[in-house]
Amino acid sequence: MEQNIFQIIWFILWGVLWAVYFTLDGFDFGLGMLLPFIAKNDVDRRVIYNAAGPFWDGNEVWLITAGGATFAAFPKTYAVMFSALYTPLLLILFALILRGVAFEFRAKEESPVWKGIWDLCLVVGSFLPALLFGVAFANFFQGLPIDWQGIMHGNTLSLLNPYGLLGGLLFVMMFIVHGALWLTIKSNGALKRRAKKVAESFWVIEMLLVIIFLVATGFFTDLWVNFFRYKWLLIIPALALLGFVAIPGFLAYGSYWKAWFSSALAILMTTAFGVAGLFPRLIPSSLNPDWSLTIYNSSSSPLTLKIMTAVALIFVPIVILYQCWTYKTFSEKVKPEFLETEEAY
Amino acid sequence: MLDVVLLSRLQFAVASLFHFLFVPLTLGLSILTAIFETLYVKTGDEDYLRAAKFWGKLFLINFALGVVTGITLEFQFGTNWSKYSMYVGDIFGSLLAIEATLAFFLESTFIAVWHFGWNRLSPKLHALSIWLVAIASNISALWILLANGWMQHPVGYTIRNGRAELTNFLEVVTNPFGWMEFMHTVSGAYILAGFFVLGISAWHLRRKREVTFFKKCFKVAAVWTLVFALFEVFNGHLHGSEVAKAQPTKLAAMESLWETKQGAPMYLLVIPDEEHERNKLELFPIPGMLSLLAYHDPGATVKGLKEWPEEERPPVALTFWSFRLMVGLGFLFAALSLWVFWKRNNPEEAPWLLRILPWVIPLPYLACELGWMVAEVGRQPWIVYGLMKTSKAVSPIAPAQVGISLLAFILVYTLLGLVDFYLLFKFARKGPSAKKTLAAPSSINA
Ligand code: HEM
Repeated sequence: MEQNIFQIIWFILWGVLWAVYFTLDGFDFGLGMLLPFIAKNDVDRRVIYNAAGPFWDGNEVWLITAGGATFAAFPKTYAVMFSALYTPLLLILFALILRGVAFEFRAKEESPVWKGIWDLCLVVGSFLPALLFGVAFANFFQGLPIDWQGIMHGNTLSLLNPYGLLGGLLFVMMFIVHGALWLTIKSNGALKRRAKKVAESFWVIEMLLVIIFLVATGFFTDLWVNFFRYKWLLIIPALALLGFVAIPGFLAYGSYWKAWFSSALAILMTTAFGVAGLFPRLIPSSLNPDWSLTIYNSSSSPLTLKIMTAVALIFVPIVILYQCWTYKTFSEKVKPEFLETEEAY
Repeated sequence: MLDVVLLSRLQFAVASLFHFLFVPLTLGLSILTAIFETLYVKTGDEDYLRAAKFWGKLFLINFALGVVTGITLEFQFGTNWSKYSMYVGDIFGSLLAIEATLAFFLESTFIAVWHFGWNRLSPKLHALSIWLVAIASNISALWILLANGWMQHPVGYTIRNGRAELTNFLEVVTNPFGWMEFMHTVSGAYILAGFFVLGISAWHLRRKREVTFFKKCFKVAAVWTLVFALFEVFNGHLHGSEVAKAQPTKLAAMESLWETKQGAPMYLLVIPDEEHERNKLELFPIPGMLSLLAYHDPGATVKGLKEWPEEERPPVALTFWSFRLMVGLGFLFAALSLWVFWKRNNPEEAPWLLRILPWVIPLPYLACELGWMVAEVGRQPWIVYGLMKTSKAVSPIAPAQVGISLLAFILVYTLLGLVDFYLLFKFARKGPSAKKTLAAPSSINA
């Protein structure tokens, strides 16, 4: 198939969609995972639910769009990515289902058993995707045992290799810190202090994992090759590190928004680091480099890519605009008066 | 022996039929809620505000399951139908991606704005947000049905590089089959939402609860349902002639017509006998009616199933009965909606109507599911009509994987479905909140 500029544009968009998805839904996952550890009573729990309230659904659409974009721009990658990772992907989907209904259903009955069930769904439904997305992406970075037809040789458990697990842990930790930071913005009093503490202490583990991950990436993958070939790309891991390092500084000064934005930058750039390292591959084959799925051998036709580029360039900025507007409209803390209303989760 | 194809088909059927239990109410009730809220903004009548809140609450309970079950559908093409995805992703994938970009973002973002924005937005802006949700969900229906329409009647493509590649985008987005499906599906959804509002209102009216409130809801829904129940019969008929043109095997199965006939009659009563390739019973013929309906000419030739080898025919009985029942329900809804319309100003004086209407609520759900059976089962053995067989489309995965996930789908969906309908029942019976506890949009409150 011939090469064209649209394949590169779509590769970048592909990376951006996933990166934005992890950055946004990441804090929802973090809040969900923190629920059992940081909430002391039902009011705390409801603050956590409502901290994600107006956002989680809109955040999740970035996943649907990332999936849809993969389908539209790189159909073969879409086909292989999701059939090779059949079981983990379905686990993620079931987890997301449980998480979504937990938000909607929990406040609809008063019984503690009822609430307990949905709390459990929220926790599992946040932890599993965080872990499995990390495992999946680390395995993409490392390469999947796919043959020339894109058929996976190796079972689901083989994904739980050391580097894959490291990726999973890293994602979990990034999202926990990200969620705790969001909670410092959204809450008050004791809950806020606990959130700050959690962010500070988990940040240490996060930082450690980041360093191990960057080093391990050198051993387990060839992602770094691109960065040494095109030195300017090093700005990406540099920004990621800058984001991570800035978090405790801002926290110490009580600049909670800035701390959260640093964490957002770090997650964005960590994803971008992996994606840039893959270029021009989408899923490398660990069996034979020639069997890797690349933007050249798995893309849609130039016409489809052109149309999709037009759609994306017009509508994605509009989406970003109105989503920013909602973040601004609902930027207030979750107040006790709000929890009294019928609408509150 | 259960193979991957069968298991994947079952899983897709479970996932999509279940998803479609929630979609139509979203499509219709979003607009009705928007209408109620607009009436409130225009008239200041607080009952309409309570109506927006009451129906909106039911909308949200329903919406939650619609969203989460929709995500699995988006990914099923990759997990279970990877060969299909590779073969047609160039066209089909782009329609899905456009749906997400244009519609899902708008819908999911503004439903949250509406849900959480009662005290933060002006009444007009708040009403606008539910309109955006309504528009977005209907736009999403359009794109997904254009995608399904392409599977039913592929256009604007060529076979190149071993796959279907797009050659004419305009043809794909103006595909008459897709537009037919869109009109038919959304009006079906509006009927469903209409009877939902009518049924719940009738239940309360019969018990003399909140009579003024529910009379207002009843009246709006009565007009609404009449319009779409009548339109549905009409566009369903047009849809049928589109099927006759594009998918003659499906038409033959819908009517259980085995032999090719010139001036084909329509039998009011038919019992197909698939095994012997005939009908056990054919009674009450209307001469030339099938030809007339399908081709707008009573003398036209309609092809029978025997024109095609057995392996190219869809399952006849399932397609036939689903179609018959849907059409029967369609006429029932038209008749009921006339009765409802006639009594729209004084429903409390029609005790029988009030008694019947709550029981009608499940019927449009049934009609919608049956419609999908016709459309999807009737298209078999093709996944893309005339272009790709379903058996060639599945992923190279192990049957056990699909077997386990299928069981998981059935289990999780059954439980969640039960919870969801329980909550809908609970809040529907509870009725609207009393006037004083209401938080009105900010400027009215101030
Ligand atoms: C006299 C009444 C009706 C006629 C003549 C009719 C006709 C049709 C036809 C021909 C199809 C198959 C299209 C295909 O193969 O793609 C269909 C599908 C369908 N029908 Fe009906 N229908 C009627 C009433 C209804 C009603 C009342 C509902 C729901 C409330 C409904 C919901 C559906 C749905 C959801 C589909 C699948 C989507 C589609 O193909 O459009 N139909 N109908």
